[in-house]
Amino acid sequence: MARDPQAALIALNRFGFGARGGASGDFINAASDPRGFVLAELQRPAAALIESPALQSTSVLASELFAFQIEEKQKREAAAKAVPPASVMVASKADSAAAANMAAQQKMSGAVTDKAPPPLANSRPPKPAPNVIERTFRAEALARIQRASLAECGFLERLVTFWSNHFCISASKGQPARIWAGAFEREAIRPHVLGRFADMLKAVEQHPAMLFFLDNQQSIGPNSRAGQRSKRGLNENLAREIMELHTLGVGGGYTQGDVTALAKVLTGWTYAGRQGRLGEPGSFIFNANAHEPGSIVLLGKSYADNNAAQGEAALADIARRPATAKFIATKLVRHFVADDPPPALVARLADVFTKTDGDLRAVSHALADADDAWRAPMAKMRSPYEFLIATGRLMAQIPEDPGRYLYGLNVLGQPLWAPAGPNGFADTNAAWAAPEGMKLRLDIAAQVASRIGDNRDPREMLDLIAAGAASPETRQTIARAESRQQAFALLLMSPEFQRR
Amino acid sequence: MECCESRTSLAVTRRGLLLGGASFAAWAYLPKFARAVDGRDPRLIVVILRGALDGLATVAPAGDPDYADLHGAIALTRDGPHAAIELDSFFVLHPSMPQFARMYREKQAAVVHAVATPYRERSHFDGQDVLESGFAGPGRVQSGWLNRALAALPRGERVTSGLAVGATAPLVLRGAAPTVGWAPVNLPQAADDTAMRLFDLYKHRDPALAQALSQGLQLDRIAARGDDMRGKPQNGIGAMQLTARGVAKLMAEDDGPRIAALAFDGWDTHANEGGPVGRLAQLLSGLDGAFAEFESGLGAHWRDTAIVVATEFGRTARINGTQGTDHGTGTVALLAGGAIKGGRVIADWPGLKTANLYQNRDLAPTTDLRAVLKGLLRDQLGISERVLAGSVFPDSAAVKPMQGLLA
Repeated sequence: MARDPQAALIALNRFGFGARGGASGDFINAASDPRGFVLAELQRPAAALIESPALQSTSVLASELFAFQIEEKQKREAAAKAVPPASVMVASKADSAAAANMAAQQKMSGAVTDKAPPPLANSRPPKPAPNVIERTFRAEALARIQRASLAECGFLERLVTFWSNHFCISASKGQPARIWAGAFEREAIRPHVLGRFADMLKAVEQHPAMLFFLDNQQSIGPNSRAGQRSKRGLNENLAREIMELHTLGVGGGYTQGDVTALAKVLTGWTYAGRQGRLGEPGSFIFNANAHEPGSIVLLGKSYADNNAAQGEAALADIARRPATAKFIATKLVRHFVADDPPPALVARLADVFTKTDGDLRAVSHALADADDAWRAPMAKMRSPYEFLIATGRLMAQIPEDPGRYLYGLNVLGQPLWAPAGPNGFADTNAAWAAPEGMKLRLDIAAQVASRIGDNRDPREMLDLIAAGAASPETRQTIARAESRQQAFALLLMSPEFQRR
Repeated sequence: MECCESRTSLAVTRRGLLLGGASFAAWAYLPKFARAVDGRDPRLIVVILRGALDGLATVAPAGDPDYADLHGAIALTRDGPHAAIELDSFFVLHPSMPQFARMYREKQAAVVHAVATPYRERSHFDGQDVLESGFAGPGRVQSGWLNRALAALPRGERVTSGLAVGATAPLVLRGAAPTVGWAPVNLPQAADDTAMRLFDLYKHRDPALAQALSQGLQLDRIAARGDDMRGKPQNGIGAMQLTARGVAKLMAEDDGPRIAALAFDGWDTHANEGGPVGRLAQLLSGLDGAFAEFESGLGAHWRDTAIVVATEFGRTARINGTQGTDHGTGTVALLAGGAIKGGRVIADWPGLKTANLYQNRDLAPTTDLRAVLKGLLRDQLGISERVLAGSVFPDSAAVKPMQGLLA
């Protein structure tokens, strides 16, 4: 039997993705050595990688995307030439929603022709096969969800989701972001989760998905050759978010002048286009034509013009600044431990970060090994993603289709890889324990529970996730529920399952 | 994880069933399920009430001198503004069941009182397992008695599928004999009752979540509704009628299923159960509406239909400190349909004196529910007593089928 059930709950829920159901023995293993259970995953950095023949690199995906875009363009042009505009939309089978929309517009403007559109209301048009963007997005989502569902403790996967959210892009920015969202995480985040922060920073800021998301491919040095030819210039978006969101943090000792300076340093950081004149389509390239010439002073230090190496040097220095250490430490502690991070723990992690030159394995180890991290009350709410993954784990399910997860995440306000802004999803209870969110969570829990079979005993499932750490109130509420389904819904909504 | 993809809205049609993933079309090629002897085309509907129905509040022994005291503030009375409906000189029916009362008067509805399964503990899950599995004790959840009854039907009369209603097939109809599933659209997502229980848990364990949830749900509104019958029907109540309507429509088809099982939730009235009005009253009103839907939807087939409504156990005879009742033992089973020999309350009444209560708290069971079910299966479906005591209700030879339940 469990030696320390309370610590096991913290190991599994605060640091991991929750106990798996079935015969996993997760809770017992966690209880017998809570810290060891969490820390063991830090010995296996390769476990963070996802390599699958079903998943393509960013540049392969770029080629597929470019081909798809050309095909779509040709279709549109062919349709425009073939038929007079008034009946184009009705005849086109490509996009029935647009057709309906157009038909409605025609009706409103009184421009309806004799030929009535087909009765769209009654016969539901067959769903078009998902295009390459959607297929890719779902395959990437499935791989991520499966990995989280299978992980033992899940600490490593939790670190991946933390860093992925810290360095977020948004898949809703446009087609490239959507098709690249999964590859971005696989290529820029996962290899460095237990590596050096500076390496992750460089991989992220040079990834086509980030360059597209924060518009750096449009940023042109005013004095560069391209800048001299055109009237275009700097876009500070990436530079500002690097300092504000990725490294130093607000109040991290930089000025607007530094933002502009970093933007200049980063001009020319872009990705190769369809023609691939500067490199393999969809790969990071340095476009010297767009790069601001000359040495640039940033945060009090002068960086000589040295092509992409100028920016790489600047990022490496920013990664080493004390403000970055403090900012990262604060975010980590806020994510894993408490909305109001205990200052001593933050200071300790910042210290490890600095002393190890941003060794994220050392920092992660210090976090999961700190007494403060185990003593803090379990007051944080699971994010919707953690909630849905933990639910699937408890039911011992390895999903074959990501649909229900993606739907649940949309409903609960955490659409996968698509936060509303570059600051990512919030990491506090104010975001996830809000009234409407709680109601929706309950609805989702009830939906999940309505499908469990009678061979599952919610009382036993409570023991799987909390055992001796379950409160008498929760135990009683579940035991007294009037049906298995109700009991399971209540279990999923219990503080033991929701708080971490 | 199993959750969340939005349900496609399905009309209650055979097409709907097909779209729901069931192989309903096979019925068209099956021999009619009709009893050669008398040419009847019988139908059987089993309704499980999950949560434990308060039998003493549904069909009250108004003639028992101890009833009013025990059931206290929520006891039914023969007079007053919400007078109960008289069934006979001893029993009265809850006033929110006028349809069932009419069927009773028309001798198409009956009540079996002081009935219970062989289960004598008080866990809902285990109690439902016993009720639905047909075994004498909990822990046997591979198949249900109705499914095994289907499997036992003689060749030539055998229907290959029963209709299992809901997101998952109720245990009572699960097993080797094939079933088809159907669920009404817009099944309530999270029942108000579940929300109230969660709110209660949060109140004790997690005040911050309690506040958030309460705001999210506007719990005040729900609570007010519990005491006000004029308010909007709770979602569970509308769902009962919606479900019954769909089931009746499917079963009325010439090649439709002859046997169905469904479950209604929400009967676990620990607090603020209410008497003639209130929470239980609303639930019973929903059940009453379901009876009416079965009757009108089945049309000419109503004549040959038997419906049995059963619950895992009853509730305490004495009300508790929160104007409700806790888990008990003896309760009622309700029978309805044109095939039922109605107009009577079948009871070997044990009395409500303290000494007569089971463990000094519950209505003592004097009838084994399996006797009622066996009587129905034998007379409605023609299943032999030997099979009933063997595969359908294992080890129940001592429990004889009740005689004369059908007209």
